[in-house]
Amino acid sequence: MMDRLKAMLVKEFIQAFRDPRMRFILLVIPIMQTIIFGYAVNTDVTDVATAVYDLDNSRESRDLIDRFARSEYFSEYEYVQREERVRELLDRGDVRAVIRLERGFGAAIRSGRPAAVQLLLDGTDSNTAGIVAGYAATIVSRYNIDVSTQRLAHRGIVPGPAGVRLETRAWFNENLESRNYYVPAVIANIVMVITMLLSSMAVVREKEIGTMEQMIVTPIGKWEFILGKTVPFVLIGFINVALVTAAAVFWFKVPLRGSLFLLFFGTALFLLSSLGFGLFISTVSHTQQQAMMSAFFFLFPAMLLSGFAFPIANMPEPVQWLTYLNPLRYYLVIIREIFLKGVGIEILWPQMAGLAILGACIFFFAVSRFRKTLS
Amino acid sequence: MMPAPESYVTDGHSTQEPRQPVVVLRDLEKRFGDFTAVNKVTLEVRKGEIFGFLGPNGAGKSTTIRMLCGILQPTGGMGSVAGFDITRQPEEIKKNIGYMSQRFSLYEDLTVEENIDFYSGIYQIPADKRAERKEWVLRMAGLEERRLSRTATLSGGWKQRLALGCAVLHAPPIIFLDEPTSGVDPLSRRNFWDLIYHLAEGGVTVFLTTHYMDEAEYCDRLGLIYRGELIAQGTPDELKTRYMAEDVMEIACAKPQEALRLITALPGIGYASLFGSKLHVVAEKGERTPEEFRQVLEREGIPTESVERVLPSLEDVFVSLIEARDRQEGAQREFAR
Ligand SMILES: Nc1ncnc2c1ncn2[C@@H]1O[C@H](COP(=O)(O)OP(=O)(O)OP(=O)(O)O)[C@@H](O)[C@H]1O
Ligand SMILES: [Mg+2]
Repeated sequence: MMDRLKAMLVKEFIQAFRDPRMRFILLVIPIMQTIIFGYAVNTDVTDVATAVYDLDNSRESRDLIDRFARSEYFSEYEYVQREERVRELLDRGDVRAVIRLERGFGAAIRSGRPAAVQLLLDGTDSNTAGIVAGYAATIVSRYNIDVSTQRLAHRGIVPGPAGVRLETRAWFNENLESRNYYVPAVIANIVMVITMLLSSMAVVREKEIGTMEQMIVTPIGKWEFILGKTVPFVLIGFINVALVTAAAVFWFKVPLRGSLFLLFFGTALFLLSSLGFGLFISTVSHTQQQAMMSAFFFLFPAMLLSGFAFPIANMPEPVQWLTYLNPLRYYLVIIREIFLKGVGIEILWPQMAGLAILGACIFFFAVSRFRKTLS
Repeated sequence: MMPAPESYVTDGHSTQEPRQPVVVLRDLEKRFGDFTAVNKVTLEVRKGEIFGFLGPNGAGKSTTIRMLCGILQPTGGMGSVAGFDITRQPEEIKKNIGYMSQRFSLYEDLTVEENIDFYSGIYQIPADKRAERKEWVLRMAGLEERRLSRTATLSGGWKQRLALGCAVLHAPPIIFLDEPTSGVDPLSRRNFWDLIYHLAEGGVTVFLTTHYMDEAEYCDRLGLIYRGELIAQGTPDELKTRYMAEDVMEIACAKPQEALRLITALPGIGYASLFGSKLHVVAEKGERTPEEFRQVLEREGIPTESVERVLPSLEDVFVSLIEARDRQEGAQREFAR
């Protein structure tokens, strides 16, 4: 048993590291993905380019505009003079918001009548538009409080306790940096794509180039062959986790608050599923191309329905149920919570159990479908 | 020829005893959908025998070998190798055989040595024997200087030798070789056959397929397979004497080209060709005597040195058998209509 497994492993490693394409996949792709998600993907909404269309041009209007400009969320792009220019800027995507103040704004404020400020938003990206509207509301309500306080002070009244003030503190990711949320998740993405893609090629490649025929006539056992084909990818998966974690922690300064050991343990559980799927695809495919297509066919929905970018809680209920069959869902929770919350197995055990059960089912199903013949 | 290590020659003495069959096929059948690739083949190969499997492309040779090696499951009949049933005990069989597939099937991205090491591990050759076996294979295949070359860079002949080396690395008592010498130069082919003889002398049973008639002559026994059916089997001599339905003559005469044209045009001539400077003629049985040929040629002014009945070549036998089979099937189709 050991002799054969050892021979298989030696061979698989020589093949994996001798192939330049493989080396590229193994080392360059994880680094690239990390950098893309670390730098390029940024869902934080700050410095929204904003045009100002001030028809009033009073002290009051300038004061309000100033408050927008001083916040880190908006940045002044242009003072617009004509109505058509507003349209033009929004159409071209030069600005994502326009603040418009009607003539008489200052006069209304001064005389205590209701005044309106209009916020025009580019709603193409509904998510961002919503966030921007929220920021604007905060700024405007702050302005309202200040205006009424001043007015009361004018009449010699010192305002009492001003009702409720909301104080928000974000735990685990104090500055609400999207990088902290996405970079650890890249681990899950990379481990899944690489181990599943490579393992789905593993067996079918030997079928395609004809070496499988020679393997079949040897007395190698089914398990020796399967372990020989999967154990290298477990190692590769671990190397990927280590690489991305190092980049996340040392380069992007993403906090790693939990146990590294638990992270690897969760990875091992996840690999059971991803290698199981890979092996299954490899067993039923006839060509490498077929295997690659099938792998992608599974990878895309798995990623979309994992909570990687789109929160599961926002999905329709039947789809939410479906996500329980998606191993990536559990793995993402494990990774993010270990990184950001630093929680341990006492919290994560349901996810781990989910992964273990799902993984065991998938892997054993794949093994049961594997046959040592070509028919 | 270099000596094999001892492990190979252990049961050399058994060649004296009556040889028991080690490969047995009974009505073995393989269908792919409604196409029958191997149709009820029955044959036996005895221990230490070199059995040659001949047949045109697509006849079912590889399919038969693959069933015997446990690569394909038969769809009917039974077979056994080394006493183990091919459907029920394929893994037992695999411990007792070496196999060389028609298509090169070692790892091209590994070096010669790495391939050998890999199969040593897979066949669980004891650690203390590995080095010795490896050297033996390298020497046998003449690959000592290329042990560090990537297999992909070897030429066709070298690859075949390495494949044979890996197939016999674990000293199996039975080896299956599917067109082992295709694409190998004549000198290497001779070496290859020296090795096969040597293995057979050591009691190894060799089951091989070939398209080369000269190689067929080297086999102890032959089976001819055509469209999935075994249409003849026996020693090369048996095939030549028993199965030939036609007469074969050899004619030495002047102007052989012209003579060939004349003779081909005669009725009752199956096939005629130039064989060196002589004419090789296959004629329907009893249809023409040597004397008639002489008369025909001399009438046309071609001096004829000799006309004699000769033993057919294996090629004659095969062509004759296949044509007979085609005629028979053609007749059956006519009848069915
Ligand atoms: N997996 C398969 N599915 C369908 N048909 C097949 C399969 N394998 C072989 N065949 C068909 O079975 C027939 C016999 O093939 P086989 O490879 O045994 O021929 P062969 O005698 O080895 O020929 P060659 O001399 O060309 O190697 C061929 O017609 C081939 O097309
Ligand atoms: Mg063949």
